[in-house]
Amino acid sequence: MRAVDAIVECLKAEGVDTVFGIPGGANLPTYDALYDGGVRHILCRHEQGAGHAAEGYAKASGRVGVALATSGPGATNLTTAIADAVMDSVPCVFITGQVRTDMLGTDGFQEADVTGITMPIVKHSSMIRDPRDIPREIHEAFHIARTGRPGPVLVDIPQDLSRADIDYEPNPALQLPGYQPKSEGNVKQIRLAAKALANARRPVIYAGGGVVSAEAAAELTELCTSDRFPVTLTIMGLGAFPAPHEQWLGWLGMHGTRAANYAMDEADLICAIGARFDDRVTGKLAEFAPRAKFIHIDVDPAEISKNVPAHIPIVGDAKRILPKLVREYRALEADSSRLDAWWERIHGWQERYPLTYEDSDDEEIKPQFMIEAIHEATGGEAIITSDVGQHQMWTAQYYPFSAPRRWINSGGLGTMGFGLPAALGAQVANPEATVVCVAGDGSLPMNVQELATCVMEDIPVKVFLMNNFYLGMVRQWQELFWGRRYSAVDMGTSPDWVKLADAFGATGLRATEKSTLLDTMRQAIETPGPVVLDVHVSKEENVYPMIPAGAAARDMVG
Amino acid sequence: MAEEPAASDVLSLDELEAVSGARTGRRHLLSVLVENKPGVLARIAGLFSRRGFNIETLAVGPTDDPTVSRITLTVDGAAHPIDQVTKQLHKLVNVLKIRDLDPDETVTRELALFKVSADDGRRAEIVGVADIFRGKVIDVSKRSVTVEITGTGAKIEAFEELVRPFGLVELVRTGETAVTRGRLVT
Ligand SMILES: Cc1ncc(C[n+]2csc(CCOP(=O)(O)OP(=O)(O)O)c2C)c(N)n1
Repeated sequence: MRAVDAIVECLKAEGVDTVFGIPGGANLPTYDALYDGGVRHILCRHEQGAGHAAEGYAKASGRVGVALATSGPGATNLTTAIADAVMDSVPCVFITGQVRTDMLGTDGFQEADVTGITMPIVKHSSMIRDPRDIPREIHEAFHIARTGRPGPVLVDIPQDLSRADIDYEPNPALQLPGYQPKSEGNVKQIRLAAKALANARRPVIYAGGGVVSAEAAAELTELCTSDRFPVTLTIMGLGAFPAPHEQWLGWLGMHGTRAANYAMDEADLICAIGARFDDRVTGKLAEFAPRAKFIHIDVDPAEISKNVPAHIPIVGDAKRILPKLVREYRALEADSSRLDAWWERIHGWQERYPLTYEDSDDEEIKPQFMIEAIHEATGGEAIITSDVGQHQMWTAQYYPFSAPRRWINSGGLGTMGFGLPAALGAQVANPEATVVCVAGDGSLPMNVQELATCVMEDIPVKVFLMNNFYLGMVRQWQELFWGRRYSAVDMGTSPDWVKLADAFGATGLRATEKSTLLDTMRQAIETPGPVVLDVHVSKEENVYPMIPAGAAARDMVG
Repeated sequence: MAEEPAASDVLSLDELEAVSGARTGRRHLLSVLVENKPGVLARIAGLFSRRGFNIETLAVGPTDDPTVSRITLTVDGAAHPIDQVTKQLHKLVNVLKIRDLDPDETVTRELALFKVSADDGRRAEIVGVADIFRGKVIDVSKRSVTVEITGTGAKIEAFEELVRPFGLVELVRTGETAVTRGRLVT
């Protein structure tokens, strides 16, 4: 069988129903196999879009996302999505075409050293050297992408090798002697962690995107509610613990709530689960949680003690570890009343510093109001993707997520232009769901070409554009830290988003007044097919509260 | 007030100590077994550079198993937390095994080639020093002599200090390689 037909067979064996990509010279053979191979291919308009679509697909479904690109520029266009996937631990397989083996290293047409370029931003990669290895390498890529700490794996296939004839045997044995992710967690350490929790007077459970990846949201909730443990999540973890809950402190870090950040600051024990103490969470590391001891549960041993030294490290899969921790904790029958004073203190912060904003007293739409309206219009049930900037922070603040995999954003890399293609991928994975992309007017143009993909493939995503006519987040920093010198942040009024949507064959709508906003949103959701709703919001609103970069939680402003 | 929990359940959080993440302050010799595949060395070098770890010496070679290569490298444990270095290395799929070699349990060797200027009748003197270090003269010309020294890094540095005054034209070192003492497999 042709090696490329074997690739399609491998994809099917891995349960892949859809791939995203763009063909070109070096991967023509693969596209020939896809022509009637039985896997849906979605033709994106830019390989970055295909890459983020694969991520959106993966984040919304928990399955491995797949994107294809040709050699040279096709593959280099993928790199932003690959870097995004490695930062947010998204399971993706990227299959790139490469020039023929006799041209490798000669600067041949459309040659780029893609395994070299992507080496620092993949979980693993390989370049095929023998066509007989192709099936095994494809399966290994899937295995590595989805197990342990998930991440992107790239397989680069020279054009001539992809045309070779090979004997295809389904399910070849994997050859990964150096890859054995741990899952169970050390029992003694789990017992010690339970004991520490039972003896803590000011504990906080701090969980992140790892809990979502591990499909361990229910197990996390079980742990948190096995006592009255205060819970905070990273922006990547939203939905892993239901937001409207009496033990929920809000998310933490730069634009998190005061209650969450102050609780971390005063905690005597922090139980970190699938979170990596990113600088957006810790602020100034030397002053982060100065009174706390740390339990750190993570599937990636290298995360433990990387930024913050752990006292009780537990390496493994949260889904396996948390139930054991709950059992050990329950057996200790700790007295809940030891947490009374702690809750009193937390309630004090929650009352004094609720998440709130000053609404306009006219028709002006405040950005926070817009997010609340989205929550109302979708009944809190939508899958929400976002671009990067102020709108991302406001969405995370004002749209309470009650279940995992409903909030899809670019947290680690902070990639503008992520939202629309990610929404496309999420919608493909969940055809029945309402998928809303909260876009920024600076971010949306970066991958707006994917509107064409949505129209052509009948992918009915709803783009709710928070239009403040600025690169808002940068403007906010210039206002606060650079003496209001607004350098290169004015986005002006181009394009006319309604006309642009129309030109793509999507529906364009506009909302400029508070009183009609909700109705227009409902109309957008009810309109079949992709919609762009251009919402004009206050131009110079800032995201608060805020820990200025490099400051400590105590120094929150706003 | 509720009753005190059973004694064994009591744990003062003050007793908990942070594990790892610390700098050891000494040089570490890491013996790394890797799959013998294209690009593996590039992955390791790339990992070190992007994480800001500095490799002091590096020696690569085949092992008795043709599918496996050994990389021996030294890293400064004062500048980097060694457990971070080894854990990051372990994440590379082609890395099979890492040993942080205990200096007391390890024999290390390095080979160095010294090209020393010898144009004013001092050749005999240089050969004399080389003899003391059990060095081998491997090339002689009118104006230079080349000496091969094998030993620990310290021995090579001691020899360097002694021949430098003669005029050191060139020094080429392989980087240390190592094996554990006794029957134990490295
Ligand atoms: C690809 C990329 N380029 C630049 C940046 C830097 N950046 C971060 S936020 C931001 C402004 C985003 O503007 P917009 O999409 O309009 O969102 P807003 O902050 O106004 O809500 C910029 C330029 C980035 N994160 N990503």
